[in-house]
Amino acid sequence: MIALDSAAKRPEFINVRVRRQDGPGKEPYWQLFKIPYEHELNVISVLQRIAAQAKTSDGQKVAPVTWDCGCLEEVCGSCTMVINGRVRQSCSALVDRLLEDNPDELVLEPMNKFPVVRDLMVDRQRLFRGLEKVKAWVPVDSYYNMGSGERQSQATQEQNYPLSQCMSCGCCVDSCPQYQKIELERMPNESDEDFLKRQNEAFDEAFVGPHAISQAMLFNNHPTGKAIADERMDALTDTGGIQMCGNAQNCVSVCPKEIPLTTSIGRAGRAATVHMIKKWFDK
Amino acid sequence: MSKQRVVVIGGGLAGLSSTMKLAELGVQVDLLSLTPVKRSHSVCAQGGINSCNDQTRQLGDSEWKHLDDTVYGGDFLNHQPPVKEMAYWAPKVIDLMDRLGVPFNRTGEGFIDRRRFGGTLYKRTAFAGATTGQQLLYGLDEQVRRQEALGNVRKFEFWDFLGPIQDETGRCRGAVAQDLVSMEIRAFPADAVVVATGGCGLVYGRSTMSVFCNGSAASRCFQAGAKYGNAEFIQVHPTAIPGSDKLRLMSESARGEGGRVWVPRKPHDSREPDNIPTGERYYFLEDRYPEYGNLVPRDIATREIFDICVNDGLSVDSERMCVYLDLTHIPKAELDRKLGGILEIYEKFQGVDPREEPMRIFPAVHYSMGGLWADYVRSSEGGLQSGAPRNHMTNIEGLYAIGECDYHYHGANRLGANSLLSCIFTGLFTGPSIQNYISNQSGGYADVEASLLSGAVSKQQERHDNLLTGNPGSDENPYLIHQELGDIMTRAATVVRRNDQLKESIGKVDELHERIMKVNLADSGGWSNQNVIFAKSVQDMFPIAKCILKGALNRDECRGAHFKPDFQRPSLTAEDPAERRKQAEAWCDTFAENNEKYLKSTIASYDANSMQPDLTYEDVDTSLVPPRPRLYGLVGAEDIEQVWKERSGEKKDKDDTLAAT
Repeated sequence: MIALDSAAKRPEFINVRVRRQDGPGKEPYWQLFKIPYEHELNVISVLQRIAAQAKTSDGQKVAPVTWDCGCLEEVCGSCTMVINGRVRQSCSALVDRLLEDNPDELVLEPMNKFPVVRDLMVDRQRLFRGLEKVKAWVPVDSYYNMGSGERQSQATQEQNYPLSQCMSCGCCVDSCPQYQKIELERMPNESDEDFLKRQNEAFDEAFVGPHAISQAMLFNNHPTGKAIADERMDALTDTGGIQMCGNAQNCVSVCPKEIPLTTSIGRAGRAATVHMIKKWFDK
Repeated sequence: MSKQRVVVIGGGLAGLSSTMKLAELGVQVDLLSLTPVKRSHSVCAQGGINSCNDQTRQLGDSEWKHLDDTVYGGDFLNHQPPVKEMAYWAPKVIDLMDRLGVPFNRTGEGFIDRRRFGGTLYKRTAFAGATTGQQLLYGLDEQVRRQEALGNVRKFEFWDFLGPIQDETGRCRGAVAQDLVSMEIRAFPADAVVVATGGCGLVYGRSTMSVFCNGSAASRCFQAGAKYGNAEFIQVHPTAIPGSDKLRLMSESARGEGGRVWVPRKPHDSREPDNIPTGERYYFLEDRYPEYGNLVPRDIATREIFDICVNDGLSVDSERMCVYLDLTHIPKAELDRKLGGILEIYEKFQGVDPREEPMRIFPAVHYSMGGLWADYVRSSEGGLQSGAPRNHMTNIEGLYAIGECDYHYHGANRLGANSLLSCIFTGLFTGPSIQNYISNQSGGYADVEASLLSGAVSKQQERHDNLLTGNPGSDENPYLIHQELGDIMTRAATVVRRNDQLKESIGKVDELHERIMKVNLADSGGWSNQNVIFAKSVQDMFPIAKCILKGALNRDECRGAHFKPDFQRPSLTAEDPAERRKQAEAWCDTFAENNEKYLKSTIASYDANSMQPDLTYEDVDTSLVPPRPRLYGLVGAEDIEQVWKERSGEKKDKDDTLAAT
């Protein structure tokens, strides 16, 4: 049902070039797949067809390409990858549109800023660690029935709801020049717990990322969430905090949910200044 | 004494609310999920969550009416005590989610705004834009992250649940699961296990469900001896956007906010929709159901849309079946504020702006009303006994089922915006029950014998290894078999069901089941092998698919989502009042007889030798709201209602007389 230019010639086959990698630390390599053209494919259906045929364009039998996906309607954040050079969700990447830009082939690559698990699948634990670092939650007393929350104006809801739509897909950080890949190798005889601890320390040293800054602003704007606003600002003014932002503004331009990330960063910057001055006076 | 430990499988609304509540009660939780919990399928729920509220109350609504609407909408197959408890908890659930920071839409004065959903005449539904499920899930995800930071919860994301671990008495002592990255299979000893793994839409190939909703976790419990209830009741949502990888949901809230469903009166009218004058449009739901209009319950809307396309030949498109869902008469600003999320989905995936042009939609498999059988303890008030260990326990001791993968709440058809409620409610409510169960046990998770754990792991390791290398000569491909299964199920067991077709499909599915057991994999590697994980899940779809088909075949009636035209009760045809009355009497007679026979839950247990489900039937607790004919839009409804009322009155008088003597 996509409004197609019916006169436009559609190819018989689609060439799909995939950057593959068998595991962490392994050398990446390219493979070319060829699938019959159909109307209204998205990149997910292309990968499903590749999985079912498990053959490259020259007939070589290969393992299906590994990738991550979930809801297929751009609300879960699973299927982020780099498509024709741009980081985005693969479910909403429509093949007819992609062919308009590049009729020869689709190029699929894993995200740049996260360790590759295999093929197009990456390890994004660091995103969630960022949310923990900034305490992105409302510190309620209990989960018992205590009546409703505070009344909120429509204006507040309309400010908060867009921020709350962040699905931790990672597009913003993948395009951020300040967010650098962290890939640790496990040491011999290191336990799960020790490895996780070392990894979290490395994450905490590095830039927390626009998504986490925006979540901190969301909860600092909530009537109960505010109660620990200072703790969030401590996190944002610590190592890897807001000062790392280089104002490249890539984050806001790639966000599939059009979340006003740079507005959040601006608010966080001002709040950080106030927070530092306050802390200086409290000394 | 060591701490109590529970394994929760699944990180959607039910699993997260259970985890959060258990953590609050001081229980350690290991939370296992196929995906980072923030990406669970609950994010796809769009429209909202129901409760009686201050405003509806003043218009005559009550928790009791919420119960009544739910069981009437569910065609009385719901177990009423759990539904009652849920309806009375509903306002409290929404209050809690409000406190957790869920950005519900607000009225001008700052109260939580409400909209109307199907199957009710009250505006009960609270919502956060059109991504309510996502927002509720995030509220719970944040609390679970907080509990994780406090050391009360350990998350195991990208882990696949392979089966419960049972001791010699049959009691569940933990779970076996597999790391989807390293492929390690590990035992998780526990005092109790909670299965909160959602629906089984992938049995139908494409549906509105996420790729995780393959039903394999429930199936693995079923194959381990847990009973499965009401499998044949699968909700087909009236409005979805057809797609080659997925049928994307178009929320009922589009109709709740005034969306109108229509088709051109002239078949395949080639004019643009806005050039078709009102007189030449057929608003068939409004026409056929004047009281509920576009907001009839889902099973009815689905059948009408199916009917108008298939039988009346009035599909908008000649090549693909669809009808218009029209929002273009509503101001854009209001649409953006209340429905933004779903309109964006349509725009993104279809390339058409639904604010300017009516959407083209068609029904799609959406929800499983049935699921793992689980127990409950009725309280003296007719609700559930708070804290009773048996609440939501399956027939495997220590194994609990909550959320979409239980079977009590939605009967033969679920009302919109009740699923988010049942998921959060069951998660919260069962916390104390599970804790009390654990407190009554002598041996805990730390006392499980090592041999029991290692035995369970090696059994699963064997299955895994056999799959990787067991069928070298075979050319069976799990992806293609899954497609075939989906096609068969979609044809035979969705909107319209016929016995000949069901019988034929059972044969085909049996055959496919044997083929999938001999599957040959393109990837035999030991690292992040999605091929083998998928193959396992497809194998495990078959026991559930068989329950659906067999349950549907055996049920010779129409009830909610289960519709067999050969067993439909006719409308009244007579014009003459006396004759009409007679017809209504006869209608009520057959209705009562049919209920004697079929107002029962289908309960399946699995026979591993024959690879077939055995079906038995269980009475439904209808003690609170006596079953009555479900008459939305039927010709002669008033007469039938009149007769039924008189009979119920007589019966009640008789009961009262008996009680008095």
